[in-house]
Amino acid sequence: MPKIIYIENDGTRHTVEAELGSTVMETALRNDVASIVAECGGGCTCATCLVHVDEAWSAIVGPPSAEEEEMLDSAFEVKPTSRLSCQIKVTDALDGLIVHTPAYQGR
Amino acid sequence: MSDTIKTDVLIVGAGPIGLFAVFELGLLDIKAHLVDILDKVGGQCAELYPEKPIYDIPGIPFITGHGLSDALMRQIKPFGPTFHLGEMVTTLEKIGDPLFRVATDRGKVFETKSVVIAAGGGSFQPKRPPINGIEPYENTSVFYAVRKMDAFRDKRLLIVGGGDSALDWTLNLQPIAKRLTLVHRRDEFRGAPDSVNKMRALVAAGDMDLKIGQVSGLEGGDGQLSACSVKGNEVDTMLPFFGLTMKLGPVADWGLKMEDELIPVDTAAFETSMRGLFAIGDINTYPGKLKLILSGFHEAALMAQKAHRYVYPDKKLVFQYTTSSTNLQKKLGVA
Repeated sequence: MPKIIYIENDGTRHTVEAELGSTVMETALRNDVASIVAECGGGCTCATCLVHVDEAWSAIVGPPSAEEEEMLDSAFEVKPTSRLSCQIKVTDALDGLIVHTPAYQGR
Repeated sequence: MSDTIKTDVLIVGAGPIGLFAVFELGLLDIKAHLVDILDKVGGQCAELYPEKPIYDIPGIPFITGHGLSDALMRQIKPFGPTFHLGEMVTTLEKIGDPLFRVATDRGKVFETKSVVIAAGGGSFQPKRPPINGIEPYENTSVFYAVRKMDAFRDKRLLIVGGGDSALDWTLNLQPIAKRLTLVHRRDEFRGAPDSVNKMRALVAAGDMDLKIGQVSGLEGGDGQLSACSVKGNEVDTMLPFFGLTMKLGPVADWGLKMEDELIPVDTAAFETSMRGLFAIGDINTYPGKLKLILSGFHEAALMAQKAHRYVYPDKKLVFQYTTSSTNLQKKLGVA
């Protein structure tokens, strides 16, 4: 199973195994990464599962869809590498993925 | 103060579960008023999932959040519920056994025999931007909603956001503001195309400013904003529009037992630690609780049976089916 590394704003690091086909958001919730709120449960409608994809991984993960880009308007401190983690599907290509989670998701 | 509104049951929250509660209560001749902080019914179905599919409503293989709210509104129409939208219930006081006095942030006061909290994940409130030192400015120079346009007359106004709220207020307030600046993180707007065009025309004519970026700091003193750092823009009032988030809100102050921001209830009637006060849907907790719409529907039906005892203490409740009971069909307007 691919590994995903979440680095929280305070430096806390979670290295966890992710199921293929699940999302980076679901994997975070399953592993108690508290800075992922995911209020809408993965519907791309709340922007509370924001992550900043590590620079080295940004090109591999790819850019947000148009719908996700619109939803990013409701997030804070958005960077060019920012994504909503509910919209990133776990694949073998993402084994070792590093994402940084923000201190505040709007609530 | 306005006159007290007397009702059998007050439902806090007009999401799918609050709406279906109207149906179950209505079959038992119990009248309901509903209060919701959103300006529309449907709760999360309206705010988070209007166009998203729901696949697990029994007997309905597929429906959108909007579709479900619409269908529930049709289903409860015969019972004539009264809606108080855009209002938040702030205080709840027990004044009888059971009898409650409940007030909203718009000054309405209800006297009700039972209260049903169907508040889902809490009340939808505006997201606050994580700008250091924003708190002292809130409600003096930083506002998350416009209640009276005139409060913004002759102000140097900064509006933040790219959706319909930001654009609508830009167009409405631009004529009365001293100077209006719209700040958005990218040069694309998700609001209605017509609003976007009107805004762009104002910018082209030099009648307002558009800046692409994110607000990172505020300057000022004594709650009065003087500038904010999108390159030291001089402003005295800011309106950030970043959408809504769910917060538990005043429920926490009503003297109820709470567990992790949820309200524990019994599973016979979904009644809380306070007699006559029920909690149904996502806001309650009990052993085995699943946050599903179908669970909330079940909870609403059982709640209504118990609420009947408080509303009609002397009447015996005879259980009936809508399929076969002429009495129930009359209430539904189909007999």
